[in-house]
Amino acid sequence: MNASRRNMSFPLRTRSLPFRSVAASLLSAVALSAAGQALAEEDPIKVGILHSLSGTMAISESTLKDTVEMLIAQQNEQGGLLGRQLEAVVVDPASNWPLFAERARELLEQHEVDVVFGNWTSVSRKAVLPVFEELNGLLFYPVQYEGEESSENVFYTGAAPNQQAIPAVEYLINEMGIERFALLGTDYVYPRTTNRILEAFLKEEHGIADEDIMINYTPFGHSDWQNIVAEVRRFGSEGKPTAVVSTINGDANVPFYRELGNQGVDAGDIPVIAFSVGEQELTGIDTAPLVGHLAAWNYFMSVDTDANYDFIDAWIDWTGDEEAVTNDPMEAHYIGFNMWAEAVRKAGTTDPDAIKDAIIGVVVPNLSGSYAAMMPNHHITKPVLIGEVQDNGQFDIVWQTPSTVAGDAWSEFLPGSRDLMADWQAPMRCGNFNVATGRCGGSTAAEEAEAALAE
Amino acid sequence: MRILLALALVLGFIMTPPALAQDTEPTDDAAAMTLLEALDVDSFPVKGEAIDAIVRSDDPRARDWLQALLDGRLQRADDGRFVVVLDNTGRDWPVQDALTGESLGEMSRRDLGRIGINNALRNQLRSAIAVVDLYSPDLQLRRASAERLLGEVDGDLAGPLAEVIEEETDARVRGRLTQALAIYRLEQGELEAIDDLHGSLHSRVRVALNRAANADDPLIADAAREALSGIEQMLKVNRAAETLYFGLSLGSVLVLAAIGLAITFGVMGVINMAHGELIMLGAYTTWAMQQLLPGQPGLALILAIPAGFMVSALAGIAIERGVIQFLKGRPLETLLATFGISLILQQLVRTGISPLNRTVITPEWMSGSIAVNDALSLTLNRMYVLGFALVVFALLMLVMRRTRLGLEVRAVTQNRTMARSMGIRATRVDILTFALGSGVAGLAGVALSQLTNVGPNLGQNYIIDSFMVVVFGGVGNLWGTLVAGLSLGVINQVLEPWAGAVMAKIIVLVFIILFIQKRPRGLFPQKGRAAEG
Repeated sequence: MNASRRNMSFPLRTRSLPFRSVAASLLSAVALSAAGQALAEEDPIKVGILHSLSGTMAISESTLKDTVEMLIAQQNEQGGLLGRQLEAVVVDPASNWPLFAERARELLEQHEVDVVFGNWTSVSRKAVLPVFEELNGLLFYPVQYEGEESSENVFYTGAAPNQQAIPAVEYLINEMGIERFALLGTDYVYPRTTNRILEAFLKEEHGIADEDIMINYTPFGHSDWQNIVAEVRRFGSEGKPTAVVSTINGDANVPFYRELGNQGVDAGDIPVIAFSVGEQELTGIDTAPLVGHLAAWNYFMSVDTDANYDFIDAWIDWTGDEEAVTNDPMEAHYIGFNMWAEAVRKAGTTDPDAIKDAIIGVVVPNLSGSYAAMMPNHHITKPVLIGEVQDNGQFDIVWQTPSTVAGDAWSEFLPGSRDLMADWQAPMRCGNFNVATGRCGGSTAAEEAEAALAE
Repeated sequence: MRILLALALVLGFIMTPPALAQDTEPTDDAAAMTLLEALDVDSFPVKGEAIDAIVRSDDPRARDWLQALLDGRLQRADDGRFVVVLDNTGRDWPVQDALTGESLGEMSRRDLGRIGINNALRNQLRSAIAVVDLYSPDLQLRRASAERLLGEVDGDLAGPLAEVIEEETDARVRGRLTQALAIYRLEQGELEAIDDLHGSLHSRVRVALNRAANADDPLIADAAREALSGIEQMLKVNRAAETLYFGLSLGSVLVLAAIGLAITFGVMGVINMAHGELIMLGAYTTWAMQQLLPGQPGLALILAIPAGFMVSALAGIAIERGVIQFLKGRPLETLLATFGISLILQQLVRTGISPLNRTVITPEWMSGSIAVNDALSLTLNRMYVLGFALVVFALLMLVMRRTRLGLEVRAVTQNRTMARSMGIRATRVDILTFALGSGVAGLAGVALSQLTNVGPNLGQNYIIDSFMVVVFGGVGNLWGTLVAGLSLGVINQVLEPWAGAVMAKIIVLVFIILFIQKRPRGLFPQKGRAAEG
């Protein structure tokens, strides 16, 4: 009871209330009084936040924690959910993968949270997966990832490879006439799997020859890019139009882009398209020499819609930082949070099993003017946007898919994964149904992928 | 191209004496408005045609429009006016009218729509501007324009270009334009054109020669192949020079990061795991200086050198007085305690400043590269860091060899009791030595802020490398640190192209482990009784 009272007086940040939310809060206030005091006195709905606030990943994840807190505050301003207030439970897994599993267990067992928003790296997601499946929790995962996974307890609101990497490469080939590809990545599971999918895609679908694909991996936090950039420059000066497809992660991007600028690699000659570089990563760089380099995302801060401007204004007010930027994973949390809230309203309860059934088919608006729908494979529909870097650290959208694209849990370009599909609706309820054998879990795709990576 | 030329000629004559531009009657604003309105479409190919139309019109404002469009600053306000954004940071932007050039105050970005361009249009715009600039009185513009036109000459441009070359006074512009013209002539099957391309290392020339080497005419193909083989020879030499430069510059970073540790660990024998965080403090000092002096990143960077030294030195004194002095002669405890300090400092920065990286601006004179020739250009920021590392090293040697402090430090580390009985205040020497080593770490941070991320994790990335360099070079020997750092840098860069960045690192580590097995005291072991103790 104590906790609930404390939460009720939780200091709400002031922001200009759009008319709709005023109306909504009035309505729910009416509903609340009608439902009687009993409901309001009930315990708050607990929302767990599992993002690193210290360690290497804090740079990316700490803003996501703030995002979820802001969304919770906004929801509470509108009267909470089911007449109950929401309460954030924040834990810090400190960029330590095994600690992620411990903290997830703490959230589900001790705090008994109703839903968790969290994780960034794939390895941390793999670490918490068994915990969520064992304790039947709900996890909303907001980051683009390598696919090849579908869990009953996880909702993937970030992009699967077919919602980011594949359309991006198609843009390079069709719109820019690129014939040579340098795939640069950080040495871990996401870039390696993505590059494997891309390599297969380029060879099978577009007949790109072996010698026209260069693959290079660098360690985390790599800071000396002189040689690699020089090599790319040579690779690109042999006559054919060349592009770099970058899955370089996090910190390493700043010295990489600096080196590109200093060595004069111009987007007009060798464009770089990145899958992990967003507005936030660019805040550490002077972008004037990088104008024209590309990124593929499902959201950019420069998206020209009123919903987006409202979101940005709310974010700036919440952080108190005029220069604060928004990025793709933040939008993913925005979508995921609204989907979960909608499912709770639809199911009338926060019980995980009821939510799992209710959320499939839920449609909510995204920030780029279209709608996101939760698919039976627990991935969502997203538009794919290609943006070019501008001198103010923002992206200018130069291309987008005509409609939204549904996320594929299992890539059609990898052997072993081709035959699989995920459908968490009754009666199938299976994350890796093998169409060829007609059995659930009949595949060894995961092991095959790991074996291929170990090669 | 013909269109471009027409504009170029018109504008060229108009712009030569700038005063004239004001005298000519601008085309009426309605026509100008139509030209700009054609840009406000979604399709990029249609936009390309609109750009052509602007180029074709002989409006004197055309170059400014094209430049604004290229920079993404040509925007349309909600009321239909076209404006040029002067500064596009923040939420409200100062703008001026694209037609009249008068200032319109600030506008919200909600009310402005950008005329977007993509890479194809960007190339088109650059070429258009380059043709105009060919006639510009500004030498820098002409040079940039000549660079741009290499490999972009077509039939329409070839004739006028020959005339331009005749009249050009600058040798560099003339040489470049001659090559540009030669590429076109080679494409037309002129054998003599190859003479103009001999010995050029530019990649576009190489592409043209490669194409010619596969030509049907055996004479041309042979001549092109011969020219290419000469070029390949020169490229090899260039590549070796480039690798050496890369290696030295990586080495200088290692030396900078390690040299402070060479004093605290090497000379004093303190295992300071917080060394990396002292580097980080130096980098954050640079950032703070730039915040204090907005708009003057260069001056701030120079002032950050003494400031970074002081901040890290003071932090070093605090660590020495607060922790290390109580743990004298207990290396294990020192290691654990300083590791703790390192985590505390990281988290302090994370909560106190921000977990996000901070932007440290690279001053104008440090960005870009100087071109030795067309194939070899040396990046400026790394050259400064290389020079800085050598200067810091020289100063440090001077302090250790030629000053009273250096003498006392050496005395105390060689035989503490003896030094004390000679009247040297050992405690004071301890503090000063540690402050010196820490301060130098701060200097490293100032330099690293120009190369890598300024964030809470900055130090972590360098601590292992620093220990590696000091141990490899020989504990207690500054020369060893210099040689070890530079040679590890070069080895790493030589290995990287064929082993990959990950493997190169592993190979270097394995090499050091084997080396230490054979020579546990490193490259330049300390000699004498002090070393035995």
